[in-house]
Amino acid sequence: MIHRYTGWVVNARWYILILIAGLVVMAGYGIKDLQFKSDYRMFFSDDNPQLTALENLQKTYTRDDNVLLVLTPAKGDVFSPEILTIAQQLTKDLWQTPYSTRVDSLVNFQYSHANGDEVTVEDLVGDITQLTPEDLTRIKLYALQEPLLVNRLVSPNAKVMGFNVVILRPGINQDSETVEVTRYVRKLADTLRAEYPDLDVRITGSILMDTAFAESSELDMRTLTPAMLTIIAVALWFFLRSFWGMVTVLLMMTLAVIATVGMTGWLGIAFSPSSIPAPTILLTLVVANSVHLLTSFYKSVNDGVNPHEAIGNSIAKNFKAIVFCNFTTVIGFLTMNSSESPPFRDLGNITAMGVVITFFLSIVLQPALMAIFPADGRPRWGSNEGWKKFAHFVINYRHYCLIGMTIAVIALATGIRLNTLDDEYVKYFDPSVEFRRDTDYTSDHLTGIYRIDYSLEKNNGDRISDPDFLQRVDAFVQWYRQQPEVTHVFAVTDIFKRLNQNMHSDDSAWYRLPETAEMSAQFLLLYEMSLPYGLDLNDRINVNKSATRVSVTLHSISSQQVLDLEARAQAWLKVNAPNFARHEGTGITLLFAHIGQRNIASMINGLLLAAVIIALTLIAVLRSATLGLLSLVPNVIPSIMVFGVWGMLVGQIGMASSVVVAMTLGILVDDTVHFLTQYQYARNQKGLLPEAAVEYAFSQIGNALWVTSFILILGFAIFAISSFKINQEMGMLTTLIFAVGLLADFVLLPPILLFIEGFKKSAKASSLVEKKAV
Amino acid sequence: MKLKSLICGVLLMAAFPALAQTDEEKGYAIQAEANRRDNGYIDSMHDAVMTLKNAQGEVSTREFVVKTLEVADDGDKEMGIFHSPADVKGTAVLTFSHGTKPDDQWIYLPSLKRVKRVATVNKSGPFVGSEFAFEDISSWELDKYRYRYLRDEEIDGNDCFVVENYPVYEYSGYTKQIEWLDKKMYQPRKIEFYDRKGALLKTLTFSDYNQYLDRYWRAGKLQMDNVQNGKSTELLRKNYRFKNNFSDRDFTENALKNVR
Repeated sequence: MIHRYTGWVVNARWYILILIAGLVVMAGYGIKDLQFKSDYRMFFSDDNPQLTALENLQKTYTRDDNVLLVLTPAKGDVFSPEILTIAQQLTKDLWQTPYSTRVDSLVNFQYSHANGDEVTVEDLVGDITQLTPEDLTRIKLYALQEPLLVNRLVSPNAKVMGFNVVILRPGINQDSETVEVTRYVRKLADTLRAEYPDLDVRITGSILMDTAFAESSELDMRTLTPAMLTIIAVALWFFLRSFWGMVTVLLMMTLAVIATVGMTGWLGIAFSPSSIPAPTILLTLVVANSVHLLTSFYKSVNDGVNPHEAIGNSIAKNFKAIVFCNFTTVIGFLTMNSSESPPFRDLGNITAMGVVITFFLSIVLQPALMAIFPADGRPRWGSNEGWKKFAHFVINYRHYCLIGMTIAVIALATGIRLNTLDDEYVKYFDPSVEFRRDTDYTSDHLTGIYRIDYSLEKNNGDRISDPDFLQRVDAFVQWYRQQPEVTHVFAVTDIFKRLNQNMHSDDSAWYRLPETAEMSAQFLLLYEMSLPYGLDLNDRINVNKSATRVSVTLHSISSQQVLDLEARAQAWLKVNAPNFARHEGTGITLLFAHIGQRNIASMINGLLLAAVIIALTLIAVLRSATLGLLSLVPNVIPSIMVFGVWGMLVGQIGMASSVVVAMTLGILVDDTVHFLTQYQYARNQKGLLPEAAVEYAFSQIGNALWVTSFILILGFAIFAISSFKINQEMGMLTTLIFAVGLLADFVLLPPILLFIEGFKKSAKASSLVEKKAV
Repeated sequence: MKLKSLICGVLLMAAFPALAQTDEEKGYAIQAEANRRDNGYIDSMHDAVMTLKNAQGEVSTREFVVKTLEVADDGDKEMGIFHSPADVKGTAVLTFSHGTKPDDQWIYLPSLKRVKRVATVNKSGPFVGSEFAFEDISSWELDKYRYRYLRDEEIDGNDCFVVENYPVYEYSGYTKQIEWLDKKMYQPRKIEFYDRKGALLKTLTFSDYNQYLDRYWRAGKLQMDNVQNGKSTELLRKNYRFKNNFSDRDFTENALKNVR
């Protein structure tokens, strides 16, 4: 059957090559529509409760995606006429930022003060040419004690100042809008640096984070995939010692990746930092199929079979294994659809699609290519003799192998619970990324980047001017300011206190909350009417004036610490503000803090389903339930061991961790399937004894397993050089899992097989003994 | 020959003065006519209901009464008295608006029983948290803007002049407005507001026009939509009353304390 098919392929090889090339070009044309996602929201599904809470908050107040520009003069503080002049100009220029709706800085802070019954609301820094040294001192003193400025727009030591731009992207083409904003702000920063070389200029904020996501995807795409291709080319040439074999595999890889990436474009799936590994992962999977086919092919040719016949032999020998391997791999990747984070679903789907494409290329194009190119391969690694020796070693020491592995698994498994989930999203980017450096600088010198937001309101719908409400909010704010994790708390209560003082002729004894609801409401009305465009309080108070927003800025702390802090805040509110209605914390920081946990919870069902499907597949391939189930063992323990080692050595793990198990399971099983099909062939077709069958399996495909696993390990190890931590972590975890998986297939699978066979034999023997006894 | 064509040209220009007008002059002329038609009403008074809506769909209302006294050659005198929400009831704002200078403004705070003079150059912030800025609803003066005529356009079946208004006031929140001015009433049908970076910020639509004293048109409904943040505010102006015999004495700091 298969030989008839390969005979047909060999005859039609040129037509097939042209047809496939045409199809790939058509699919590849979709690359023109390829997009890179940048919005941090991509990591969260639409029904994520934290995302819903954040969006409700943003609809009630305003969306506050932002750019934060941070200026540090080389010497002295920021309260010099020169620096303030620069600050004023910069504030003005920042108003020109595309999609900006608000610019807050030290200079345009709305400073309210009173002289008797005259209340003035004006920019904190007015016409600088008119300012005397005394004025500058007064401004500095005021700014450094104003709770809404210090640790937010100016550092307590007066050496660093910030400019916060709120950006409201219309979202028609959000990714290009992000690029537009970033380009404008970067240009502004460059101009400043050129004009004032002594000035240190940094840019951070959520818009820059979005940009960093997109830029890191593009960088990974540009560097990782070509690096991978190069490494594979060298490795193949080294292992196969065949120029044309290398060309075959490279051609297969290139066509598979072009078709897959093109189809991704056609389907409108945008690449994101977490789905960008798909093409690179695919390369390694193509290699697996191709190398199995090529090694069998060269083996036949070297044994003296004519090349066209050898192609048939190779396909016949590997067809079943390739079908099942590709099937389990697809299952593993499709499992990622149960992930909470859409980018991981994309990663799974793109790769799964690629594997299907690869499968067809392997059984249609590869035989054609093998017929076209000369069969010049002489695989160098591991002679049959070498594999036989290795097989003997494993067979002789099988008890030690079993016991040793069992002990190792149990010992390492204890390390799993040492892992704590952490998604500190700034640290997704390594220090080679400008966003990371500027954000770290900002956290160290001016203000935090992590934030928790609260929308506080009373459960009876009272307006915020209610004195009881304001008092409780103020107590909450004061409590938060005492927490060590906190750099700044932004709340309207500080404005009410200042207004109360203003309304009493600026007598500082009145710097406290107004006594009655009427006073609060009327003071606020006066103040709001005197504010300029963009600097209003609509981002602090809802339209009903029944809820107010409190923003807590945090130091750079781990996700776990953020969750702890929020839990403490909830406990405080429960005791001290029982009459408050909606008060759960929200914001990007909490979204990421919850995502690891949610991802794991969402992946568990998917993972179980994948395990069941893969077990059934193994049972079907092996036609044996015991064998099928026991074969799962060498594929499950690598994850256990690696997460244990990770817990002991690293201890922190991000959202990528949850998908790693599913992803590796589907691929790991491949080696097992290849090994077991050879083993069963030896047992059933050739009638060999178990020990001899193990030896046969090793000598037949030990080489191919070794080469494909090595390339697989290289392929995933390459993600360790990504500047994006989720990919780095995924790369390291998968690399380790594949390495342990290879070891388990070599030293654990054969002992398990022999153990089962021994058990079956003794069971048979004992039943015979029993029969005799009767 | 030359002389002849020159004479022809001059005659032509005299016959069609519009041809000689620049767009700026034409814009100014249109708005000057609007100003002329609205002059002379002396005083007016109306009730106002403002309904604020955020992107979430939450709704909130504010009610106030507005009294206006016409002032020749300067901005009008205006007094707004809040009736709701309850916690600002009785709060009254007196404004002497000036075209291109900061307004004079006083606020009476019933909770303190005091009048506060407010010194600020800002008129561009949201009025009581709404999408209207104070500069959008305070009295319109011809010299507040420079003008440029753009085109004629029909809007909902009404023929309009389309004119660009450029704020003269340094602290205006806008770079420009585009106004659709009804050719029959010489009153706006629609105004688009452009922010500091020249992007469309808000659209104001006027409807439910009524004519008073056989001459003065007043819109009963003003709908302001913020296209950037999705919030909107509806302002209903009801019970227009003219000839109230208001005088300067009704628009003083002292008068503020006694309003109801």
